[in-house]
Amino acid sequence: MPVLETDKGPVWRRRTTFASLATWFCYLIGVAIVVYCWELISERTIWFFVQDAGTQAADMATRMVPPKWSYMDVLWKPVWDTINIATLGTGIALVFAVPIAFLAAHNTTPHPTVRAAALLIIVSSRSINSLIWALMLVSIIGPGVFAGVIAIALRSIGFCAKLLYESIEEIDTKQVEAITATGAARSQQLSYGIFPQIMPSFAGISVFRWDINIRESTVLGLVGAGGIGIQLDASISTLAWTQVSVILLVILATVLVSEWVSAKIRAAII
Amino acid sequence: MTDLSEKTSYPSSWKKPPLIKRAWLRYLLWFGAAIYLALAFGTMEVNWGRVAEGIPRGQKFLSAFFPPDFTSRWESILDGILESIWMTVIATVAGIALSVPVGLGAARNLAPLPVYLVCRGIVAISRTFPEIILAIFAVKLFGFGPFAGFLALTIATVGFFAKLLAEDIENMDPVQAEAIRSTGASWLQWINYAVQPQVMPRMIGLSMYRLDINFRESAVVGIVGGGGIGATLLTSFDRYEFDSAAAILIIIIVIVMGLEYLSGYLRKWVQ
Repeated sequence: MPVLETDKGPVWRRRTTFASLATWFCYLIGVAIVVYCWELISERTIWFFVQDAGTQAADMATRMVPPKWSYMDVLWKPVWDTINIATLGTGIALVFAVPIAFLAAHNTTPHPTVRAAALLIIVSSRSINSLIWALMLVSIIGPGVFAGVIAIALRSIGFCAKLLYESIEEIDTKQVEAITATGAARSQQLSYGIFPQIMPSFAGISVFRWDINIRESTVLGLVGAGGIGIQLDASISTLAWTQVSVILLVILATVLVSEWVSAKIRAAII
Repeated sequence: MTDLSEKTSYPSSWKKPPLIKRAWLRYLLWFGAAIYLALAFGTMEVNWGRVAEGIPRGQKFLSAFFPPDFTSRWESILDGILESIWMTVIATVAGIALSVPVGLGAARNLAPLPVYLVCRGIVAISRTFPEIILAIFAVKLFGFGPFAGFLALTIATVGFFAKLLAEDIENMDPVQAEAIRSTGASWLQWINYAVQPQVMPRMIGLSMYRLDINFRESAVVGIVGGGGIGATLLTSFDRYEFDSAAAILIIIIVIVMGLEYLSGYLRKWVQ
């Protein structure tokens, strides 16, 4: 324990002189990086527009109320599409995520190179936002709900597989050994030794991802991939602000309901 | 002795117990899922002709991705990536700085009820809207450029981080907090010595994770004019320069992988 010897006796300190200097130096570097980044950003900002933001916001707020409730009639179908995109996308993703997770977990993978390939799939799927996947898919299979479903699925594969392989790696090996000792084949070991152990986390992950996907599928329409985002994009570009406020409220309601549903399901499972 | 003969007829086969024990609930769930799928596919209007047409197009698309072209648009790619990185750093730092007071306020065991409700409201609203919707409004209000993207990412960070911080504080060990309080510590000292050490390790991991998310999201806010690599990516899609787009995507993947390794390393070092 670092102690400073003074005339009045030893004084306790948290760190040695060197350690505290090093800590301060790290802080200094951190602050320098932040200030430097801020300089670069403020260089590219037109501050006139930023100063103007208050009046702009007030103006937009007056244009957004009262919400045009009659627009709801048009919105029911897009909301249904949005929910479908999230649900079907999550379902498709789970179908692919389970085998990939088994290939990526170091205790079930057949070979290290297979594991590296599976990890690469997981990282690439996770790094690219569903909106970018949708952007690509719209130009391949055309605009519409289907492109949205595939985009959500591609983005979710990595997420689900990552969480799932982590829980596979954390299983209790004794149960698997017990199953193996009965002379079970490899597939039986999987279905009786490993599957029951990861089932709760599998259910938790799928509900969790479904909740996120509801949120993400509300914006896929901005690039033409179906759902309520199409209406949002159209209303913003035609400056129909009363419709925009209705859409935002609908998104808020959908997300809150989905959050409530997923919380209920998770509470029932765990 | 009929009892004994009955006892010898044990079942010779075993069946795995079903996941859901109540049979009617099980069948109801299957039935509901089937109806839902039928309805969902019924309204989806998949244009299979268009999809079939798209498959050779997809192959062309993929072949246009390879080999990725790093050189011909390198200047604008580099510019966009750097802008994304600045945005990410600033937004993460500002977002975390803002989310500390919000998170303290949203923890029920620290804050009085009115403060709690206000802070929970802030968290709920900023968590509901995806980054891109926040970015659309930030661009409308603050003009094009990285400042709008920075604001959108900051707000999203506050929603994410404050919620997790508040939950962590609510789950902390109350005994340690009481011990500090019984020494006559002020509120600030109480936070500094009782609460902060308990939540700090997890928060460092989470802030690295949020840095990672913000970088990925910064690729998207550019699509609506919020600065960063997204604008470059959208331009290269619009110009059908898929080889440049592939280069950008590869760079994003590499940076995210790097961040993941870095965060694993940092978390080990902190603990």
